[in-house]
Amino acid sequence: MSEFVRNVRLWLEPGRVREQGTTPDYRFSLANERTFLAWLRTALALIGGGFAVDQFLPHLRWAWRVGLALALLGAGVLCALRAVHHWVRCEQAMRRGEDLPVSRFPAVLSLLVAVVAVAMVVVVLAGWAG
Amino acid sequence: MGGMTAPARDAGLQPQRTRLAWRRTTLAGTVTAVLAVRASVRAASPLTGAVLVLLCCVCWLAFLGLAHLRISTLAASPEPPTLTPRLAWAATGCAMALAVCAAVLVS
Repeated sequence: MSEFVRNVRLWLEPGRVREQGTTPDYRFSLANERTFLAWLRTALALIGGGFAVDQFLPHLRWAWRVGLALALLGAGVLCALRAVHHWVRCEQAMRRGEDLPVSRFPAVLSLLVAVVAVAMVVVVLAGWAG
Repeated sequence: MGGMTAPARDAGLQPQRTRLAWRRTTLAGTVTAVLAVRASVRAASPLTGAVLVLLCCVCWLAFLGLAHLRISTLAASPEPPTLTPRLAWAATGCAMALAVCAAVLVS
């Protein structure tokens, strides 16, 4: 719980990141930045997927269309938040010389995307277009 | 864009790779923004559509500006400073604003 509170404080006062430990080799920070950008691209792709479902599957029943689109959009927003949160945590760990944080997020996201993809295939093939 | 300086040899070419990562992300953002504008133009109410088109364009331009800012910083010195949390949050905010537009359109 204290970990959570500390993370929230970091979000609110991001400047604190630079007050801790020592500045790591710039190449490590740049690698961390590229990881952040890769997550942000994933988020943008999921958000684009949400738009695409809404746009290109107009014959789906309303509930299915909205449900699938919102699932993708929700995953995209979570992914964007996670991108910046994980970047801050990694930067901190490097500054303090600790191990990089581990996370269940990638596995959970993979499962969610798989479920949405299967649901989409089933819905489209089964012709539940209403 | 910014002329590359010739720094001491960096075997990993980190700043260049990071610059390209920003470019790729801008491209991904552009694709999403185009989808967003396409959806907004077809919105049920013209007023909502116009507001959302404007918002999507602002988001996209903001992201473009942020990426340009960061790329300039990367090009300016052989050992560029760490990304600032403020810039990271701003870039993330642009992506999330697009998602909010989508949610408004879908429902």
